[in-house]
Amino acid sequence: MEALSLSPFHLDVLKEIGNIGAGNAATALAKLIDKKVDMNVPQVRIMGFSEISDVLGGAETPVVGVLLGIHGDISGYTLFLLQESAAHILVNLLMGKDPYDKFEYNDMSISALKEVGNILTGSYLSSLSNLTGLSIMSGVPGIAIDMAGAILSVPAIDFAATTDVVLYIETEFIEGDESVIGGFFLVPDSASYTKLLKTLGAMC
Amino acid sequence: MIDNIIKVGMADLKHTLHPGTLTTLGLGSCVGIALYDTKTKIIGLAHIMLPWSAQTKNNANKAKFADTGIELLINNMTDSGASKSNIVAKLAGGAQMFSFSSVSDMLRVGERNVEATKEVLQKMRIPIISEDTGGNYGRTIEFYSADGRLMIKTIGHGISYI
Repeated sequence: MEALSLSPFHLDVLKEIGNIGAGNAATALAKLIDKKVDMNVPQVRIMGFSEISDVLGGAETPVVGVLLGIHGDISGYTLFLLQESAAHILVNLLMGKDPYDKFEYNDMSISALKEVGNILTGSYLSSLSNLTGLSIMSGVPGIAIDMAGAILSVPAIDFAATTDVVLYIETEFIEGDESVIGGFFLVPDSASYTKLLKTLGAMC
Repeated sequence: MIDNIIKVGMADLKHTLHPGTLTTLGLGSCVGIALYDTKTKIIGLAHIMLPWSAQTKNNANKAKFADTGIELLINNMTDSGASKSNIVAKLAGGAQMFSFSSVSDMLRVGERNVEATKEVLQKMRIPIISEDTGGNYGRTIEFYSADGRLMIKTIGHGISYI
C-alpha cells in the first residue's frame, strides 16, 4: 500500500486545528496564572526530521519536554516543549512568584511543569478531536529536562521510521512583557497517521 | 596546527583525515558511533537513529540505521586510506529520555539502537573499546583524531572522556 502523504489541503486543516488549539492553550494558561495571555498566530510547519533539533534555539538549548501517550481512535504520543528559561517563568507565575525568581527543581515545581504540559497538550488535542470527530485520550505525563536535540530525538526517530517529515506547531504566548514559545508535536503511530490523514482529507 | 571541527547531523555520517575533530550535538536515543584507525588516525562518526534498515520501508538514507550506517562509514574510511583491521569503536548515546512504568517499544528505541550497533560491530570484528550509553540524559560528543579520545558533555552529568 502506498503511504499517504500530507497535501497542502491537509496542512490547511492542521493549521486551523493548530490555531484553535493555541487559542485554547492561551485561555487555559491565562486561567492557570490568573493573567491575560495573548498568543500570536501559531506557525504550523512541516519539516524534515533532520531540521527538528533546530527548533527552540538549537540542539544544545536546555528545554523542558512533556510527553503524553495518546490512545482512542488514534494512538501514539504528543510532545510539548518549552525552553527551560521560559518554563521557569511560567511556573513562577503559576506559583504567584515574580517571573524571574530563582527556580529550583523539586517535586512541587516538577509536577507544576508536568501539569502545564498536560493542560496545554490537552488544548491542542481537544481542538484536534473536536474538528476531526476522532476520540483522543491522553495518558499520564512524562517529563524530561535536557538538551533540545536529545529530547527531540524521541519524535525524530519515530518520524524517521515512517514519514521523514514532522508536523510542528509553534505558538508564542504573551503576557505583558513576557513572551514564551511553546512547541507541540503530534506523533501518531503509522496506522494512526494514515487514519488521521484520511479523516482530514474527508473534511473538504 | 589548525583543527577543523566537522558537524555530524542526525542520520548523518562523516569522516576526516588527521588532524580533525568530529562532533554531534544533543544525542538522545540515537547512538553516536565513533570509529578510529589507530595507525592512520583517520576518524569517522555516525549518528544513527534506528537499529535495522530492513525493519523499515523508508530506508534510502543509509546513515539512519546502525547496520547500513556502520558499513558505509567503514567503506568511506577505508577509501580514504584507513584499514579495517586497525579500526576500533567507541559508543555514546542510546538514552531513554522519558521513563514510564509501561514503556512501549516505540520509546525503548535507545536500548535497541545500542544492541544493534554492538551486534553489527561484532560481526565486522571491530572491537568496542569504550562506551557511555543508556541512562536518561542527552549527550554532546566530540571526537579527536590526535588520540582517538571521545569527549562526552551532558547537562547535569558532567563532562567525561572515554
